[in-house]
Amino acid sequence: MFLSIATTHQPASDLGFLLHKHPERMHEVELTFGKAIIVYLEAGEARCEAALLLDVDPVGLVRGKGQADGLLDQYVNDRPYAASSFLSVALNRAFRTAMTGVCNTRPELAETAIPLTAVVTPMPIRGGEALLRSLFEPLGWEVGVKQVDGAEPCSTSRHYARVTLGGVARLSALLNHLYVLIPVMDDAKHYFVGEDEIDKLMRRGEGWLDQHPAKETIVRRYLRHRGALARTALARLAPETEVEALEPAARPSPPEETLEAPIRLNDARMDAVVEALRATGAKAIADLGCGEGKLLARLLRERWAERLIGLDPAARELEWAAKRLKLHMAGGPPEGRVTLLHGSLTYRDARWADVDAAALVEVIEHLDPDRLPMVEQVVFAAARPKAVVVTTPNAEYNALFPNLAAGAFRHPDHRFEWTRAEFEGWATRIAEVHGYGVTFSGIGAEDAALGAPTQMAVFAR
Amino acid sequence: MSRRDQNRDEQAPADPKVIAIPDFALVVLIGSTGSGKSTFASKHFLPTEVISSDWARALVSDDETDQSVTTDAFELVREIASRRLKHRKLTVIDATNVRAADRKGWIELARQWHALPVAIVVDPGIDVCIERNRERPDRPFGAQVVQRMVSEVRRGLGGLQREGFRQVWRLQSPETIDAATVTRQPLWTDKRDDHGPFDIIGDIHGCAGELQALLAKLGYQVEWSEDRGDRTVRVTPPEGRKVVFVGDLVDRGPNSPDALRIAMSMTAAGTAYAVQGNHERKLGRWLEGRKVTIAHGLQQTIDQLETADRGLREPLPAFLDDLRSHVWLDGGRLAVAHAGLKAEMIGRGSGAVREFALYGETTGEIDEFGLPVRADWAASYRGDTTVVYGHTPVVNAQWVNNTICIDTGCVFGGKLTALRWPEKELVEVPAEQTWFEPMRPLAGAGDASSAQADADALLDIEDVTGRRWIDTTLRGRIVVAEENASAALEVMSRFALAPQWLAYLPPTMSPVETSAQEGWLERPEEAFAYFRKQGVAEVVCEEKHMGSRAVIALCRTAEVARSRFGVTGEETGAIWTRTGRAFFSDPAMTEGLLARLCATVDTVGLWDELSTDWLLLDAEIMPWSVKAGSLIESQYAPVAASSCAGFAAANDALARTMARGVALDGLLDRFAARADRATLYAKAWAPYVWTVAGMEDLKVAPFHLLASEGRVWFDQDHLWHMGLVDRLADAAESVVTRTRWRTLALADEVACADATTWWETLTAAGGEGMVVKPRGFITRGPKGLIQPALKVRGREYLRIIYGPEYDAPDNLVRLRERGLSGKRNLALREFAIGHEALSRFVSREPLRRVHECVFAVLALESEPIDPRL
Repeated sequence: MFLSIATTHQPASDLGFLLHKHPERMHEVELTFGKAIIVYLEAGEARCEAALLLDVDPVGLVRGKGQADGLLDQYVNDRPYAASSFLSVALNRAFRTAMTGVCNTRPELAETAIPLTAVVTPMPIRGGEALLRSLFEPLGWEVGVKQVDGAEPCSTSRHYARVTLGGVARLSALLNHLYVLIPVMDDAKHYFVGEDEIDKLMRRGEGWLDQHPAKETIVRRYLRHRGALARTALARLAPETEVEALEPAARPSPPEETLEAPIRLNDARMDAVVEALRATGAKAIADLGCGEGKLLARLLRERWAERLIGLDPAARELEWAAKRLKLHMAGGPPEGRVTLLHGSLTYRDARWADVDAAALVEVIEHLDPDRLPMVEQVVFAAARPKAVVVTTPNAEYNALFPNLAAGAFRHPDHRFEWTRAEFEGWATRIAEVHGYGVTFSGIGAEDAALGAPTQMAVFAR
Repeated sequence: MSRRDQNRDEQAPADPKVIAIPDFALVVLIGSTGSGKSTFASKHFLPTEVISSDWARALVSDDETDQSVTTDAFELVREIASRRLKHRKLTVIDATNVRAADRKGWIELARQWHALPVAIVVDPGIDVCIERNRERPDRPFGAQVVQRMVSEVRRGLGGLQREGFRQVWRLQSPETIDAATVTRQPLWTDKRDDHGPFDIIGDIHGCAGELQALLAKLGYQVEWSEDRGDRTVRVTPPEGRKVVFVGDLVDRGPNSPDALRIAMSMTAAGTAYAVQGNHERKLGRWLEGRKVTIAHGLQQTIDQLETADRGLREPLPAFLDDLRSHVWLDGGRLAVAHAGLKAEMIGRGSGAVREFALYGETTGEIDEFGLPVRADWAASYRGDTTVVYGHTPVVNAQWVNNTICIDTGCVFGGKLTALRWPEKELVEVPAEQTWFEPMRPLAGAGDASSAQADADALLDIEDVTGRRWIDTTLRGRIVVAEENASAALEVMSRFALAPQWLAYLPPTMSPVETSAQEGWLERPEEAFAYFRKQGVAEVVCEEKHMGSRAVIALCRTAEVARSRFGVTGEETGAIWTRTGRAFFSDPAMTEGLLARLCATVDTVGLWDELSTDWLLLDAEIMPWSVKAGSLIESQYAPVAASSCAGFAAANDALARTMARGVALDGLLDRFAARADRATLYAKAWAPYVWTVAGMEDLKVAPFHLLASEGRVWFDQDHLWHMGLVDRLADAAESVVTRTRWRTLALADEVACADATTWWETLTAAGGEGMVVKPRGFITRGPKGLIQPALKVRGREYLRIIYGPEYDAPDNLVRLRERGLSGKRNLALREFAIGHEALSRFVSREPLRRVHECVFAVLALESEPIDPRL
């Protein structure tokens, strides 16, 4: 990765004093992940340009880190090459004094706004050019973006750009802007983000961050989406504002929720399912495909739901569910009321077979159609609970979602979405074969022609 | 020993010299404190067989006599006894057990595990007990306690049978206690040391004609004669063979007496076993004069017996009474019971075992014909013992989970079936006529799908999760850790193809040892050296295509797919990836490619040549970009773009700095070399990427035939496999890409050098590399199974895997420190399990048995191994 800083303020070679690096020598700074090299491409009276080359050791970066989460986990990645928090660390190490705005030999120059040009390449443009501009332009920088060459099969890269910043400012301001905003553009950190990261942000952002219109984005991305930290940071920046935008952004919401959000479909669905379960008189309920446990959390509030079982094939989802439900934690439900099981609907499972009712809420559409006969066997032939509640999207209603392309599904993992006729055909056949009665209803605002966004079948025997 | 000695409630005479107990029993010692139970137990039983309440007291409280922990101590005894009985181990309860209430729990425990409860009463007399207690200072029991206990024992004596003990032994003096010996007898049902071979014959129901025809077909000679007015029969089996009758010899049919005569004569001669059928049970009760409902063809038998001679009628009650509930044969590999048996009941004895063996399991519901609805125990059977049974008439005998019902409804006009064991061959004769109208249609009539496929519709979570052991032919028992199995569950249930298709997942392949040559990470020399060291004389080198691994199931028709793989759709096969996912997201693409492959196989004439109508192929499908497109786009291409852009800017800056006369200490050269490597990286995958507009742009390179009907082709060497692949490529090069390959003798150094040059040329021209295999598919070295293949990857291909700058000298030094042992061990385990999966699939084992292997391969793939290897 490459960063250069140039000035035309005369005498330009004074830049060497500001940076505390002699223009006629090559400088090397040792870093834990490699080396920073500082050279001057130009050091005349009219123009002076210093460059920082970051020489990251690609093999050293990978060794012994196989188990970590994130980009480093992949053995071949852009971390040794793209501008990132590595560059911020290098800036801090190589130009520490300059960043604080101190210069004993040219104190007045350090306090003066001078014409400056910076080049960063390859700058990751996660979030696009618009984000890049929204970060730097409010700070007075004229932003130039030039595409870099791509590799097979693309001729240009859509991931990186060569970015030029031009403007008149104090050198320390430029360095601090770069220090904070390069990792923001990269949207990743090579180290663990903890509390002290807030202090760093406050120090580097002093005098400009609190006024920045993209303040929230900067804070959130800089602190790597750690909601609690981001809230603390914003509160310290602007204690008087209530930050709603960051309410528990624990994890990004699934695409279907974004899509369906205006009608609060998920809440309506939970209400309908809970009501249907209550009406069956069931005391022991299995939520099959419980995911992160939203339905279980709702059922937990119902006194009649004496025993709850959540089943999911994704161990990670179950961990989330355990947290959400405060399982085995103080203030959580009594031992034994909720059991989470790692399992799958395609396998018969005696561990939940004795429940009174089972719920499959937005589950079947996540399974390949050729697995449905197995699910049918497991639920309706082997376990045979007294009642089964199944919900699934109503494909007809998709026409009413403005952001959804025709024929597309609401979620990339959906293997199918059924019309009301298809769902009712499937459910009716199952009811007949396995000796259940079945009733259908819609959930959510009903369209006269296309029905409700979600369809529900309640089986009982 | 007849059943009379063992299984019937009995009161042995007092003070026996020999206490003959079953070798699997729950023995309950009964006697006062000081009666000498523990001494008796230690004399006749293993220390591990005896569970003493005193010992359990000590375990929980450090004090054998602490009565305050009695409840916990007994729970412990019960728990230990329970574990032992589960494993079919004789267990002795050493406690006073003087009251019926004390003994009740043991009877229940014995019933739970189908062990015979046996009581041994040790009663040397009150005085002896008091005297012995006095000698033991830790037993502060007064004479009153002993007196009470002894009188309780004596009072309870008469009721022990009623309590449920199947044997009661009384020892009533110090002398007899001292003199008695304990012997152990196998259970009446336990004939494991009889290894047959056997001919197991299904429900006869008085069809004596068909029985004789079947016996003749099986090679038995049946000779009838008259002996003083009695009709007698002599059946001579073929050398060493024995018959096992699954029961229901009588009722409904035309000639129950002759069926009985044959069975009785053969069992008396020791050439047959007969297990009791529900019809024999009822006939026996009728003969005993008990009140039974005369139905289901019993009347016919009664009428036929009326005219039968005394030679039949007199021994009949004893014969019926002595019939076994089931018989356990051939080292435990085979069990025969009339209506089947659960795994946990085989070789055990209890009322529940007898009832189950006679009637099977019913759901409690009644069907539209007024008959009980039978629960399908066979569908969930998971035992290692083969269970052969009858009772429920079916159209055809079919294997389900290692069980088979051979009642093919002869009396209802079906056929009489025998199963030859261990050949597992079915021998049948048709019914002469419909002798009796069935009350409901025979099961399985008009149903095309197999009984196994029906049972397979359900896999059980216990078949795949938890810590698992897979027994493989190639490498013995292989363990799958619980966390690995757990990791595979989501992939298998949500992303993989339906388990019916997945008969195989390919093993991972290890690279060669790291090359010793400067500038190289992998070279062929190390592959040759490895196989030479393992004693391999000849290897095969195959060009390694850079695509994506694919397993292809190819069926001649959709009907073949349905009947052989048990799927339900219209597809004629499937193509899946290393992790069991569909290779193509578009089913039309799969079907199109399958059709082209099918046509190629037609042209070559493989269907007839291999007598099969399906094939499983291991192949590589190109281009790489078909599956790896998004990986290239999101991971590899950004590395190339960012490294090239950064180095270009750096080199420009350094050049300008140097031009100003600043000393750079060779930095410019170093960065120039880095830029060159980045440029090479950006080109590394170009040969493996092309646009796929349709099927014509896909290339398939099979490299061996995994299996076809009745055969796993691992017994053929790679010359055979590559010959087959060449023929496919000859027939249709537009579909099957030719794989370049050669074979060489490892002793021939010139040939090895040639092969090395060949590899250098291949890889210099953009090839991924080659795979070196011993000529034999399954090869063993001095220390057992060796790597079935090693990959030798080209220098530029490795750049994709290890990153742009991997071959810079100071990087290569560090990358060379890679350890291969984990990868190699994994490769061997996966190879053995994959082979096991195919073997099981080919021998038509139940889906769960195949699936557990495939699941295990996927699970093992979650072990942390450097993915760059």
